[in-house]
Amino acid sequence: MFNAEIRIELKPGILDAEGKTVKNSLISLGFNSVKDVKSIKVFKISLDEDSKEKAREELEKMCEQLLANPVINNYSISIEGD
Amino acid sequence: MKPKICVMRIEGTNCEDETARAFRLVGADAEIVHLKQLIGDCSEERKRDLFDYDAMIFPGGFSAGDYVRAGAIWSARIQSKLKNKLNSFVKEGRVVGGICNGFQVLTTLDMLPGNVRAALSTNESAKFECRFVYLKPFGKSAITENLDHNEILSFPVAHMEGNLTFVPGKEDESLKALKENDQIIFRYVYPDGTPANRKYPINPNGSIDDIAGVSNLEGNVFGLMPHPERVLDSFNHFDWTRNPRKVGDGLITFKSLIEFIKKKL
Repeated sequence: MFNAEIRIELKPGILDAEGKTVKNSLISLGFNSVKDVKSIKVFKISLDEDSKEKAREELEKMCEQLLANPVINNYSISIEGD
Repeated sequence: MKPKICVMRIEGTNCEDETARAFRLVGADAEIVHLKQLIGDCSEERKRDLFDYDAMIFPGGFSAGDYVRAGAIWSARIQSKLKNKLNSFVKEGRVVGGICNGFQVLTTLDMLPGNVRAALSTNESAKFECRFVYLKPFGKSAITENLDHNEILSFPVAHMEGNLTFVPGKEDESLKALKENDQIIFRYVYPDGTPANRKYPINPNGSIDDIAGVSNLEGNVFGLMPHPERVLDSFNHFDWTRNPRKVGDGLITFKSLIEFIKKKL
């Protein structure tokens, strides 16, 4: 059993509208030290695979086919368990 | 013969009734069909075959709650169960269209624009934009070939993710390909037809080159963010008392689309 964490972020150059809005709101609340905010989506996935390598292979396919949009997103995968 | 139109629905679509009504008003035989009916996951009498229809429309809404990204779940379900059949349907020259959420689905499936990679990302305003916009039709797509390209149309938009975006670093070559092949079919403009030049709120989402809709190379697959099915009657327009029209701008658009479909029968 492996526990994986998948982080989906916007590629550099793609406008992060949510991050921008949160940044503006934080500044308007008085947090004047805020310089940048980025929104990142995290999925936690538990899966049964024989090896860590196979698990990574499957998780990459999940990212390509559903969790990330390859046009605008980068993704990273970290896996725990053995 | 009446053209047969399939308006697909799944959980969360919410524009299928208006879309089917639009096709019926212009003389087509429209049926609202659940995705499960097309892939055989239902009782025998409810099963439908995609090839019984002359056109397939993906309507607007918030399919599957728009979880992950707008249209992502709907696209994944098409990809796994219906994509091969849909590809043959398109190859035969039959018409496939997407409105709003449907456009997001066709883009995610890479059926639009088809020759370059694109995505509909979050509006520059970071808001759900829900109001009327002005549009200029272009190109020879199923929905725009028979429209008067000098007439400015007005439809409402209602979306959070309508900002047409190309792969970063490939913006210029992608846009050039769309322009060269006449694949831009609607652009956001001022009421007098002047280009919006990405100026908010005339361009509601920051879309590159003010693109509101695109088609594939052949023109039989098309998608647009604004909702023509919401302005079928004159009184659906916000300015109907001071600017009376014979019919809504949406009806004009569906008439043009059905003419294209009839020619293929």
